[in-house]
Amino acid sequence: MTTVTAVTENAEDADNPYALSHLDALESEAVHIFREVAGEFERPVILFSGGKDSIVMLHLALKAFAPAAVPFSLLHVDTGHNFPEVLDYRDRTVERHGLRLHVASVQDFIDRGELRERPDGTRNPLQTVPLLDAIDKGRFDAVFGGGRRDEEKARAKERVFSLRDEFGGWDPRRQRPELWQLYNGKHSPGEHVRVFPLSNWTELDVWQYIAREKIELPAIYYAHEREVFARSGMWLSPGEWGGPKDGESLERRQVRYRTVGDMSCTGAVDSDADTIEAVIAEIAASRLTERGATRADDKMSEAAMEDRKREGYF
Amino acid sequence: MSTNTGTGASTDAGTGADAADFVEAGAASLLRFATAGSVDDGKSTLVGRLLHDSKSVLADQLEAVERASLGRGQETPDLALLTDGLRAEREQGITIDVAYRYFATPRRRFILADTPGHVQYTRNMVTGASTAELAVVLVDARNGVVEQTRRHAAVAALLRVPHVVLAVNKMDLVDYAEPVFAAIAEEFTTYAASLGVPEITAIPISALAGDNVVSPSATMDWYGGPTVLEHLETVPVVADPSDDPARFPVQYVIRPQTAEHPDYRGYAGQIASGVLRVGDAVTALPSGNTSTIEAIDALGQAVDAAWAPQSVTVRLTDDIDISRGDLIAPTATAPDLSQDIEATVCHVADRPLTIGQRVLLKHTTRTVKALVKDIPSRLTLDDLSQHPAPGELAANDIGRVTLRTAEPLALDAYADSRRTGSFLLIDPADGTTLTAGMAGNAFAEAAAEAAVADGADDDEGWDF
Repeated sequence: MTTVTAVTENAEDADNPYALSHLDALESEAVHIFREVAGEFERPVILFSGGKDSIVMLHLALKAFAPAAVPFSLLHVDTGHNFPEVLDYRDRTVERHGLRLHVASVQDFIDRGELRERPDGTRNPLQTVPLLDAIDKGRFDAVFGGGRRDEEKARAKERVFSLRDEFGGWDPRRQRPELWQLYNGKHSPGEHVRVFPLSNWTELDVWQYIAREKIELPAIYYAHEREVFARSGMWLSPGEWGGPKDGESLERRQVRYRTVGDMSCTGAVDSDADTIEAVIAEIAASRLTERGATRADDKMSEAAMEDRKREGYF
Repeated sequence: MSTNTGTGASTDAGTGADAADFVEAGAASLLRFATAGSVDDGKSTLVGRLLHDSKSVLADQLEAVERASLGRGQETPDLALLTDGLRAEREQGITIDVAYRYFATPRRRFILADTPGHVQYTRNMVTGASTAELAVVLVDARNGVVEQTRRHAAVAALLRVPHVVLAVNKMDLVDYAEPVFAAIAEEFTTYAASLGVPEITAIPISALAGDNVVSPSATMDWYGGPTVLEHLETVPVVADPSDDPARFPVQYVIRPQTAEHPDYRGYAGQIASGVLRVGDAVTALPSGNTSTIEAIDALGQAVDAAWAPQSVTVRLTDDIDISRGDLIAPTATAPDLSQDIEATVCHVADRPLTIGQRVLLKHTTRTVKALVKDIPSRLTLDDLSQHPAPGELAANDIGRVTLRTAEPLALDAYADSRRTGSFLLIDPADGTTLTAGMAGNAFAEAAAEAAVADGADDDEGWDF
């Protein structure tokens, strides 16, 4: 299909002592974005789910401000359907780096009657209301998200600095042009800016960077044996969130997760990649995108992500 | 449950890019490029083929496109659906905005600014070209160089994109005839060179049939140059930064004030141009205070030297007053300060830019108040003619402006540095990005010289 030859480096780049690898270039750009926000905003916050993208974001923030502390707190929108390994990772990370964590709980909103459980049990789309509430209550003016443009076609249209209106909404037709590396963070009271330092990264870049920097991840990203059951073409983990139902049966399989989100809509994939090298080889050979393989919420409609983003989803 | 096994070891033997190449490929380089073409030039097909043939379109994305195409009664998959991500774009069948796309070969990672070719072309192409190291200008072989082509070449020249590729598309519709290609390449190269475009590579292609996009053409054996992908993979992306004066805009001052680092005071930023070395005598602007670089920290590693575009932290031997917005530069090559700026701008907002307007000017990490003193001329990109005293600039207009800033700026000419010669004008009322600015003369020196050589009068030359 292609005629690319197995040359790993460009000869002219390799000969140039000033050449930066693509990971160094992406790292440099992301650090620049973190420092711009630190310099221009009053109350930034990092959305932190314990997933690989937010873990890489935090790692970059730690490097950007070292040896000083990261000048931002963390915000986790807790769907109530988390993988225990991920919550454990989250809490250990916060502890180790002396960070401050805000938790916005979907369960609390359901308990208070301000959100209603969906018939399909999926809580991922319910995150938007607690997220916007936390942004409002915390008076956060810049909210870092780990979203990447390669994830989804609506995200491919997203700016690095993305202005949100007082309702948290995104209007793709009214985005500011983004020129050079001059990010415009001006906003009116009540508005905030979503900031995506990993915009230009791909799933493979994220994994190559995790390997290079030797970043620890929750164990569920690596192949392990676990009980799963089949639903809508994905392997889901059983739990109090509502599975398996009648007619769905548990089986033990060797699996891993490519994304980590709400247990009700994040599927595992069959895999024996139990080391980072094996994971990278597996992703490079995969014929499915990470979201196509493992996220039910994006399959709801052709514009599922765009519609959620318009409402304030990150 | 067949869809569940998709991630597994289903290595596609037909895919040239071997997975093993990517495991160790963290050292591949990065090329940012932009495409420009009008609606029917076949840009979507070219982009689709580059993405598809580099394995960047995966099975589930193709299935989604096939499903959506069938749902609309189309028999073959419409590859434009791959790139049109928004509801309104799919509904109207148009591309609204610049989208960034990613693909990789074992040799290089690519960031493609996919700019739409419709009526809002100028601001979109300026946006895409602002970060691009290479621009692909598409021409329909049947039509040759048209107004739109000249416009694209002019934007690439204005934005000083270092490499321009002329892709002469639809060669299959002109019988793959060499003279057709040669005539178009000659006309374009002469025009683009006169604007000062430093490097032009012309490639005859058929995006639809796949000739010379990824694979060499079997029917155009008269062409001995690279395919589009081969050129993208091999074009040098790093100039020698040691040729450029160093510029270090300070983003943020790092002061841990902890027991471990009681006196640490580091200036964090991304080197905008040139090389910084420990021991360099430097000046901070606008204060003019001088000191010496004591240490450079490249994200966790102490280094003796660092260069653009590395993000680093610099420490100086003296505790001089430096904060965000200041610029550190070698004392010997420090830029001049000025409150009067002459620039070429592209107006990107829907509301006009007018004489007397009060704006904010963002240059590197510094934002200052500014006044639009004059708009001496507006440029028509089609024929590069100037219209004196237009009074205002509307959306997509390119023009000359003079500005007066409230504080002095250390601004380089855009010709010398895309990073320290560029700026934004922002509406102070609501933060709207109004205008993209490039300080100094519009087109490169070669253009001015060419105009003089042609005996053109000073007012009508390229020195716009």
